[in-house]
Amino acid sequence: MRARQINWGFLTWVALVNTTVAATTQSSVDPAGPQAQHISQLWWVMLYLLTGVFILVMSLLSIGAFRRRSKAAETSGRNVIQTDSLRETKMARVVMGGVVVTTVILFALLVSSFIVGRTIYSIPKEPTVLTIDITGHQWWWDVRYENQVASQIVTTANEIHIPVGRQILFKLNSADVIHSFWVPNLHGKTDLIPGHPAETWLKADRTGVYRGQCAEFCGHQHAHMAFEVVVESEEQFQAWYESQLKSAPAQLTSSQSRGLQLFLSKPCVMCHTIQGTDAGGKVGPDLTHLASRQTIAAGALQNNRTNLSRWILNSQDVKPGNHMPPIPLNSEELNFVLDYLESLK
Amino acid sequence: MALLPVALTVTSCKREERNFNTPPPNVSEAQTNPSFKNPLEENAYSLSEGKRLFSQYNCNGCHAQGGGGMGPALMDEKWIYGARPEQVFATIVEGRPNGMPSFRDRVPETQVWQLSAYVRSLSGHVPKDAASSRDDHMQGKPPESRTKEQPIKNTSPP
Repeated sequence: MRARQINWGFLTWVALVNTTVAATTQSSVDPAGPQAQHISQLWWVMLYLLTGVFILVMSLLSIGAFRRRSKAAETSGRNVIQTDSLRETKMARVVMGGVVVTTVILFALLVSSFIVGRTIYSIPKEPTVLTIDITGHQWWWDVRYENQVASQIVTTANEIHIPVGRQILFKLNSADVIHSFWVPNLHGKTDLIPGHPAETWLKADRTGVYRGQCAEFCGHQHAHMAFEVVVESEEQFQAWYESQLKSAPAQLTSSQSRGLQLFLSKPCVMCHTIQGTDAGGKVGPDLTHLASRQTIAAGALQNNRTNLSRWILNSQDVKPGNHMPPIPLNSEELNFVLDYLESLK
Repeated sequence: MALLPVALTVTSCKREERNFNTPPPNVSEAQTNPSFKNPLEENAYSLSEGKRLFSQYNCNGCHAQGGGGMGPALMDEKWIYGARPEQVFATIVEGRPNGMPSFRDRVPETQVWQLSAYVRSLSGHVPKDAASSRDDHMQGKPPESRTKEQPIKNTSPP
């Protein structure tokens, strides 16, 4: 395709996708909470206003570009610019008018942007029902539900469940480089800066699964560092929380217990934790309830047996450069390990 | 003069390569070949991975950041079980008396080679352009890129 040829087919497809499919997951123009609502409103105001400005400016430009010269100049044969003091004054007034209108519009946008920022941060914070610590790692999300009672702390990875209609406090930090926490349906971006903890409040007003992803370049797999926020009813959230508090099942079939043995004698145990077993590695995500998650590898793969085996045998093919090495397992050992991992609901 | 930037670029390529799927050096070949050189020692990414793994696999629990504690210092000139790359590899994989665990099967071979390269960089035995020039934690000593190459003294176990 030559550089000057415009691929109209592709552009049409992009336009259609962005207008029809946009109103679903991972979309800032489909707000599901008050923070995102304000941001979205500001966005639309800016879009309409500035589209108007754009059309106006382009029309004036076209008029200027396509206007015919006056008859006098054409017939006289000399390139003379006729100066006419009355016309000059009129033109000067038009230009001044343009400058004034532009300044006013810019200030209006500045003020409305400021107001939106203030509004978001003064959305009333109810007594904190839930505080979630998010620690960004290269390239996954460590999620820890705070609780005064240590045995009630839930640690998981890459999938965050919250109850609908409540303000949730997120405490953000990073274990290595700067990441950014962004769930477009719920809020804007908040950076996770190592050594500089930040806080953000999210509230979701309707249930659903909202995808978020890292919004600050953080290395090789920044593009594959996604997470899901699952907003559910209070009862469903409590049920999920109770199940996450449980340790890994102690009653195992023979193939599952062989899988656990393999887990403990292979590189797995060096990095991963499974509560209720001897595996206590803190380098990688907590796997205690791996089978309860929708995706693995920070949203890179759907959580099913095929993808798990792909990931375990050579994660470097899926996310090259990520910190999990290929694990050498023959097919029999792999089956035992998968049987065990599938039991971690 | 025009060739200088080209030459610099070409010679630094190897230092900058990041190969995530290449097989590790062959262990038996490393142990039988007296002039074996660990190719990962010339690669900055592998040395920095070794540094990361050293901390994440808790080698600093016993060896601190090379100064030692429960375990011997790694940044000095004393080597109990050998300083060559394949000897450091063997120490990590086999374990040693008096507390060095065996990491066979638990740490994949490529990572053991990265760790071996990093350990040798602590006493200045790797090319200085590949060695790390900054620690991710508080620095207690100059970085490996400014570490003088120590002599090698074989000592007996304490």
